Amino acid sequence: MSEVKKIKKGLDIKLIGKAEKVLEKADRSETYAIKPTDFPGLTPKLKVKVDAEVKAGSPLFFDKYSPEVNFASPVSGKVIAVNRGERRKILEVVVQADAEIQYEEFKKADPNGLSREEVKEELLKSGLWAFIRQRPYDVIAKPEDAPKAIFVSAFDSAPLAADVDFLLEGEAEAFQAGIDALAKLTDGKVHLNINPNLNQAKMFSEVKNATVNKFAGVHPAGNVGVQIHHIDPINKGEVAWVVRPQEVVFIGRLFQKGIYDVSRKVALCGSEVKTPCYFETITGASVRNILKGKLKDDEKIRVVSGNVLTGKHIPEDGFIGMYDSQITVIPEGDKFEFLGWAMPGLSKFSMSKSFFSWLTPNKEYRLDANLNGEHRAYVVSGEYEKVLPMDVLPVHLIKSILVEDIDQMEQLGIYEVAPEDFALCEFVCTSKIDVQDIVRQGIDLMIKEMS
Amino acid sequence: MKALRKFLDKKKPLFEKGGKFAKLQSTFDAFDTFLFVPDHTSKTGTHIKDAIDLKRTMSVVVMALIPSLLFGMYNIGYQHFLSVGETAPLMDMFVYGLIKVLPIVVVSYVVGLGIEFAFAQMRGHAVNEGFLVSGMLIPLVMPVEAPLWMVAVSTAFAVVIGKEVFGGTGMNIWNPALIARAFFFFAYPSKMSGDSVWIAEKADTFSGATPLADAAALVDATPAQAESLMSGALSQTWDMFIGLIPGSIGETSTLAILIGAVILIATGIGSWRIMLSVFVGGYAMGAIFNLIGANPYMELIPAWQHLIMGGFAFGAVFMATDPVSATQTTRGKYIYGFLIGFLAVLIRVMNAGFPEAMMLAILFMNTFAPLIDHYVVQGNVKRRLKRVKVKA
Repeated sequence: MSEVKKIKKGLDIKLIGKAEKVLEKADRSETYAIKPTDFPGLTPKLKVKVDAEVKAGSPLFFDKYSPEVNFASPVSGKVIAVNRGERRKILEVVVQADAEIQYEEFKKADPNGLSREEVKEELLKSGLWAFIRQRPYDVIAKPEDAPKAIFVSAFDSAPLAADVDFLLEGEAEAFQAGIDALAKLTDGKVHLNINPNLNQAKMFSEVKNATVNKFAGVHPAGNVGVQIHHIDPINKGEVAWVVRPQEVVFIGRLFQKGIYDVSRKVALCGSEVKTPCYFETITGASVRNILKGKLKDDEKIRVVSGNVLTGKHIPEDGFIGMYDSQITVIPEGDKFEFLGWAMPGLSKFSMSKSFFSWLTPNKEYRLDANLNGEHRAYVVSGEYEKVLPMDVLPVHLIKSILVEDIDQMEQLGIYEVAPEDFALCEFVCTSKIDVQDIVRQGIDLMIKEMS
Repeated sequence: MKALRKFLDKKKPLFEKGGKFAKLQSTFDAFDTFLFVPDHTSKTGTHIKDAIDLKRTMSVVVMALIPSLLFGMYNIGYQHFLSVGETAPLMDMFVYGLIKVLPIVVVSYVVGLGIEFAFAQMRGHAVNEGFLVSGMLIPLVMPVEAPLWMVAVSTAFAVVIGKEVFGGTGMNIWNPALIARAFFFFAYPSKMSGDSVWIAEKADTFSGATPLADAAALVDATPAQAESLMSGALSQTWDMFIGLIPGSIGETSTLAILIGAVILIATGIGSWRIMLSVFVGGYAMGAIFNLIGANPYMELIPAWQHLIMGGFAFGAVFMATDPVSATQTTRGKYIYGFLIGFLAVLIRVMNAGFPEAMMLAILFMNTFAPLIDHYVVQGNVKRRLKRVKVKA
C-alpha cells in the first residue's frame, strides 16, 4: 500500500521541552527494576530471591498462567529488593548492576534460517517475548496464538515523543534481523508503518520481509491500534501482534549477538527539563542519575515514564517502564487558581476554542497535571469523536463497559481498542472522566469472561 | 487572592464530615470551586488535561445568550413605548426593559439554584453547573408579563421533574428550560397566549399580536382578511429579523440569536450540525407547504419566513443543541435537527392551537433522541459484523 493514509481526527498537543537530537552522557544508573505493573493482566511468579546473582537475560519472574513467558533481568548483578504493595502484590524487582555487564548466552543465528518454533523458543527463553504484545486487549502475546499479522509503528506522534529515527540510528542491521525474526512468527504479513512527512530512514522505507504502509496526520496517527484499524481491523477471534521499533532491535540483537541486550536511547523531555535531549541507558534503569542536575527546580514536578497521555507517574528515583523510550517532566500543578475557569486563558490549551489561546495555534504550552476542573457526569457530546480516528462510537463503548454489558462491548468494538487509543478522549473530556481506566476495566472483564 | 484562599482553607474543615456545617458541604464546595479551580491533579490516565471544564462550557453558553438578553430588554421598552404611542430615547427603552426583565432572571436563578443546591446536598454530590444555562434560558422564553410566582413554580417544576428525578444534569431526557416553558404554557395558558402578554403595560387599543399569531389567523382567513394580515406585521420581515416584534423576552431577534450561534459554533461548544439541520428541516417543511398551498398560511408565508418567526431560531440555536437531551451520535444529530425543524413548521401550520410549535417539536424529538441514537449505534454494529462476513 503505497498511498498515504491521512489521519484527520485527532489532536497534536504542542508542549514545551522537545528533546534535541543530541546524545548526552549521564552517570550510569546503579539500579534497574522490572515492574510487573507494566504488564496489564499479568500474575507474576518470582524465579529469584533477594541476594540472588543474575546475568543480563536471567529470568527474574514468569507469568503464572503462561509459565514459558519469562521476564529477564536487563543487567547482571544482584537482586537487592522485591518491593511489594497491597496484598503483597509485586511492584518492582530491583537489581543492583555490576560494573561490567555479564550476559547469558543464547544461540546466535540468522533468523531467516530458523523455523518458527526455533525463533519462538529463543524469544521465550531470553525473556524478549515480553516485548511482543497483542491486540485485542493490549497484553503480552500468547505464544500459542497464530497472529494474522504483526504490526510495527515506526513513528510516534504522542506529545514530545522521541524521534524513532534518532533512537534507532546505527541499528539498521539489528532492526532488519528483528523484522526477519518477526516474519517467522506469522503466516500473514509484517506491517511496518511509516510517516512519509518525517523523511524516515532507509532501514524503514526499504525494509525487507515486511510491507510498508504510510500514515500521516495528527496524533494518534502513530498509534499502532489506529493503524491496524485502517489496514486490517481486528474482528472477533482474530489476533494481531504489535512490537515497538526499539524492541524489534532488541530481538535483532538476540539473533545477531546471542545476548539479551536491552540498552536503548531515551528522550528526556518536558517543560521542567533544563536542556531536553537524549540519553543512552538500559531498559528498566533508575532515572535518578539521568535526572540529576537536569531539572529546573522552580516548583513541584511530576516525572512520567512515557508520554504525558499514557505514561506512568514515577518517583524521582523510580525506574523507566519496560516499553518506554521517553521520560517527561512536567509541573505537578496542585495549586488553586482564582476564577481559573473564567480567565481569557492565553496560556491554557484546549481543543475547544473557548480559550483565547486558539489565536496562537503554533504556541508551545507548559501544561501541568491539574485536572482543570472536577469530575462530572457526561454532559457534552461529540468531543471524543473528534479525536478518535476509528469507526468506533467511543461514548457508547465506554457506557457499555460501565454497565458491564459484554455483548454490547463486543458489538461496539472492544477488540479493536487499547487504552492508549482513548488517551486523547480522556484529555479533551469536559467531564474529566478516566476513560483509559474504564477501557482497561472493560478489557480485563473481557479477558475474564472469554477465558 | 491569597488571603481569600487562606480564609477558605481555614473554613473548609467546618463543612467537611463531622464539621459544624457539614450539612452545607455541597454549598461550600460550589462557592469554593466557583472562586478557585481546585488543586486536584490527575491520578491515573493522562497526566495533562484540556483546560476546559463544565464551568467554562456553561459560561460560554451564557455569554452567547447575552446578545439575546440585552436585545430583549431593549425590545421590551421599545414595544411598550410603541404601544402607548410615546417616543423615548434608546436608553429609556432599555432601562424600562431591564426593570421588567431583571426580576424574572433573578427569580429563575434563585429558585432553580436553590433546588439544585438542596438536591446536591441531599445526595452528597457536587453542585452541577448545568443550571447556569437553564436559569438564563427560562427567562428568555417567558412572556414579559409573566407573573413572578408562575415563573418560580415553572422553574421549580422543571428542575425537580425535568432534571433531578432523573439524577441531575447529564441524566435528564428533556431540556429543562423547555420543560419550564411547557409547564407554564399548559398550566397558565392565559398568560402565555393571546395578545396582551407579550408587551409590557400595553395600551388596550394597541394590537399586541405576534406575527406568529397573525400567521396562524391566516389559516381560515378569507382572501380579503388574508390580504390585510399579510400587509400588517407579517410584511415587516426586517423587523422580524432584527427582533422589533412582540414575543417572548429573548426569542424575537434572529440577529441577536445568530450572534449567539456564531459564538457557540466558533468556540466549538454548540453543535453546528444540529443548528444547521433544524433550519434545513424547517425550510424544507415550509417549502413543501408552499407547494401544496392548501390555505393562505401555506400559500402566502414563504418558507424562509418560518425561520425568523416566533421561537424557531432561538430553539434551533439554544434549545435543540442542549447536548444532554439531544442525540449524541454525529449522524443522529443531523436526523434529530432536521426532524425538529420539520415538525415545528408542520405543527405551526397544521394546528392553530399551538402557534409556537418549536417547544413541542424539540421536546418531542428529545423523547426520540435515544431511539435515533439506537439506530445509529446499530448501524455501527452492523458494519462491524459485515466486515467479518466479507472476510469469511
